[in-house]
Amino acid sequence: MSDEKLKKTEKDWKDNKYEKTVNRFGERKDEFKSDSGRTVKPLYTPLDLEDIDYEENINYPGKYPFTRGVYPTMYRSKFWTMRQYAGFGNAKETNQRFRYLLDQGQTGLSVAFDLPTQIGYDSDHPLARGEVGKVGVAIDTLADMEVLFDQIPLEEVSTSMTINSPASILLAMYMVVAEKQGVSPDKLAGTIQNDILKEYIARGTYIFPPEPSLRIITDIFEYCSKEMPRWNTISISGYHIREAGSDAVQELAFTIADGIEYVQAAVDIGMDVDQFAPRLSFFFNAQMDLFEEVAKFRAGRRLWAEVMEERFDAKKDKSKMLRFHTQTAGSALTAQQPMNNIMRVTLQALSAVLGGTQSLHTNSYDEALGLPTEDSVKIALRTQQILAHETGSADTIDPMAGSYYVESLTDKFVKEAKEYIDKIDDLGGMAKAIENGFVQREIQESAYQIQKKVENKEKVVVGVNEFTEQESKKAKNLLKVDPEVEKHQIDGLKMIKEKRNDKKVDQALQKVRDAAESEGKNLMYPIIEAVKEYATIGEISDVLRDKFGEYEAKYI
Amino acid sequence: MSIDIEKLYTDIKNGNENKIAKAITMVEDGTKNAIKLMEKVYKNVDPSYMIGISGPPGSGKSTLTQRIVQLWLKKDIKVGIIAIDPTSHFSGGALLGDRIRMNEIATDSGVFIRSMATRGSMGGLNSSIYDTVLLFSLAGYEYIIIETVGVGQNEIDIVKLADTTIFVTVPEAGDEIQAYKAGLMEVGDIFVVNKSDRPNSQQMVLTLEQLVSFKEGKDIWEPPVLSTNALKNEGVSDINKWINKHHTYLKDNNLLQESRKNVIKAQMINLMEKRLHEKYIKPILNDKKFGKYIDLIYKKQEDPYSVIKKLLSVD
Amino acid sequence: MEKKIKVLIAKPGLDGHDRGAKVIARGLKEAGMEVVYTGLRQTPEQIVRSAVQEDVDVIGLSILSGAHTYLFPEIMKRLKESNRDDIAVIAGGIIPEDDHKELKDLGIKAVFQPGTPISEIVDFIENEVN
Repeated sequence: MSDEKLKKTEKDWKDNKYEKTVNRFGERKDEFKSDSGRTVKPLYTPLDLEDIDYEENINYPGKYPFTRGVYPTMYRSKFWTMRQYAGFGNAKETNQRFRYLLDQGQTGLSVAFDLPTQIGYDSDHPLARGEVGKVGVAIDTLADMEVLFDQIPLEEVSTSMTINSPASILLAMYMVVAEKQGVSPDKLAGTIQNDILKEYIARGTYIFPPEPSLRIITDIFEYCSKEMPRWNTISISGYHIREAGSDAVQELAFTIADGIEYVQAAVDIGMDVDQFAPRLSFFFNAQMDLFEEVAKFRAGRRLWAEVMEERFDAKKDKSKMLRFHTQTAGSALTAQQPMNNIMRVTLQALSAVLGGTQSLHTNSYDEALGLPTEDSVKIALRTQQILAHETGSADTIDPMAGSYYVESLTDKFVKEAKEYIDKIDDLGGMAKAIENGFVQREIQESAYQIQKKVENKEKVVVGVNEFTEQESKKAKNLLKVDPEVEKHQIDGLKMIKEKRNDKKVDQALQKVRDAAESEGKNLMYPIIEAVKEYATIGEISDVLRDKFGEYEAKYI
Repeated sequence: MSIDIEKLYTDIKNGNENKIAKAITMVEDGTKNAIKLMEKVYKNVDPSYMIGISGPPGSGKSTLTQRIVQLWLKKDIKVGIIAIDPTSHFSGGALLGDRIRMNEIATDSGVFIRSMATRGSMGGLNSSIYDTVLLFSLAGYEYIIIETVGVGQNEIDIVKLADTTIFVTVPEAGDEIQAYKAGLMEVGDIFVVNKSDRPNSQQMVLTLEQLVSFKEGKDIWEPPVLSTNALKNEGVSDINKWINKHHTYLKDNNLLQESRKNVIKAQMINLMEKRLHEKYIKPILNDKKFGKYIDLIYKKQEDPYSVIKKLLSVD
Repeated sequence: MEKKIKVLIAKPGLDGHDRGAKVIARGLKEAGMEVVYTGLRQTPEQIVRSAVQEDVDVIGLSILSGAHTYLFPEIMKRLKESNRDDIAVIAGGIIPEDDHKELKDLGIKAVFQPGTPISEIVDFIENEVN
């Protein structure tokens, strides 16, 4: 049907069939809005794809702009990596959980560290009291890392580490552990999150101010491009931005804008974009609005490809490919009627699969109550396995392509995200926009509006504001972190300090200091040496704190 | 409920933080006990030196404030800080967001930070501010900072009651320069351009210097325009130097007395207006008839001037 | 003159998730209260000092890291030492129900779970203060 005829018949349908039925039966709501507040039409037709060109804007999997997927075969060759975020207590307990998950069929590791570790404090630091081993595993020295990966063949397993400010230190430790297993660094596959900008925006585990933090990050880019070609040097994250309350477009735009800032920082110190860009990776959220999320992932790939080509003049295809990990939205899960969360996670995971994610973490149903137990994390893993093997959703590539709704939404998201990115450019880039408070204000406003919508039932959350129950049954079997963890960790740390060669530690720390003070030296090398001598995370971080100072949080 | 005012007074004088805080709350709430306390305070307490600081959001003013305070703390000077934020006309509530920017000094035993909402005062000036200044003075705080955000008329009204008024801005302020011509230039004793590492920083300094030179009035005090980088702690001791200079200037020229009397005058006007509003205007506003009058005026059956004549029995 | 309810919203410990704290702070402001938000990484000492100087009616603690088991008793202890255990303390975030009794025994007036509407918290505070 020609466009002209289609316009006529659509109008005809709308005025006659649709409106007439609405007048008779009404509609459930006065306004239909997506999760991100965008108006949802009753119907999408080929007319909604008028401005979209298949070859230019969509194309084929593995071909610029990669809207349909970064690889030509996608899941037909290999499923996404099933990678459950795990960590609690001390290294031994977490090692046990890792091995359990691998036994249950998980295909990659993802490490959660406790807050003192993430913020560069040893377990015996005054600010660590009460926090050791609570939200992740406690790591103070290489010794803990050795226990963490005991009996895990690092040549075969890829590991993602959610660590940001001290990412260089944990990466160094991982490498040394691998070396001790006889595995050379160039064989190691994995990721460090290493995304400081989102820490300032939404997550809060910052240590140093932006400038020196970016220096550490580009040092890591440089180091890995030479020594660890299979390692993803950064996981540019939108997950946390979304969890902090942003909508889908903001998640997309702020993440891409962060990416632009990192690429620019590396280019500014003289790196060639094709030298490091292929190992940049991303991390997105999978929320409840299925079609929005699929559109968002597709839009993300197209946006990044266009950014790398147009703004940074990347030559390699690999430099333009947005490869990403996804986690299902924790903030969508409820404390009330927790079993409902299993269904929520399933649908969120589906959107990630239909969106072409490279790796996936599914939350456990007790997410709003505590850390996952073995049972609950198993269910989360089984969710992925059922999706992979029983639904056929991985058997053809980008199955939602061509949907009038999803394609037009994808295109719309690309355009809206670009508007945000333009605004951020006007502000002087993401670092300046963060300093200005622009990003945080956008997110806070969105978070507040969502809260209001839930409270006035414009947004229904089953079990929370509708279909509620007086819950007599309390959630059983929550994970409890052993209260002795902190004491054990501190005792262990003491022992390591007694056994190690203090002179060598001091010398190694001095080398870190020297590198920090000079602009031309790469921090990774001295950090690796320090780690080998069993210098602690706190000691190395303190050397850097001395030189770089601490970030003064901006508040709006 | 009556309180032992004498004991409260003594406790404050001895620096009891709980009591100081409670007294400020009483003053903000305008209780009878507060008035009894302030009657004694006004007759016995000399106000300490007041420094007013304001600037647009993002100017780094709070960071600067912290740095200045840190200098004073090193000399064992106790500092009281009153941080003022606007009350929402809509809800009557307020987000008091200044304290959060002063985490570094907040735990020092020589610092007392009190956040205060304007509570819908006439203009910006809340009579609780000066009362709190006196309470801090009684408690032995030698320097008192009155801090607010923004450079609108309300903010200017607040900080101008200080002995030394400082305005902080940033090189990007650009368009706001136009605003600077009104009010600000007349009121500021010291101008600071923060974030000196930004481009245009020098231009901003020069522009401000020019605007300052156009200032009218009989003062011989020439406000300096200082360049600082609060994050790197650069230029902070200069500000301190100039504060001392201004303090000396006021004393030498017998202007401190005049300044203080102006504050008292403003306080009196404020309290009178409040009292009058409370006694005469509020009852009218709360009366059902008032709504009817508005209706009548809307229907062109009455005019505001005649109505007020009737209501207030004034010409 | 008018009396206002003054609330301190605090983030004790290293937990960096502040969405809830900020949303609540704003909600309380829109309900007519005066709210001081402390920001992240507050020690018990900082929280109590702020509460004392601001003479708040209520302290709201927001924590999702599980470190409440150590931090909350510390806060209550210091509050008592400062003679301000008359200030009502409430909490929210990720705090397992199993811990609620212990916290109530410490003197914490209420623990709100995720999904609690702002209006419920406002009502609680208004009742508590009056």
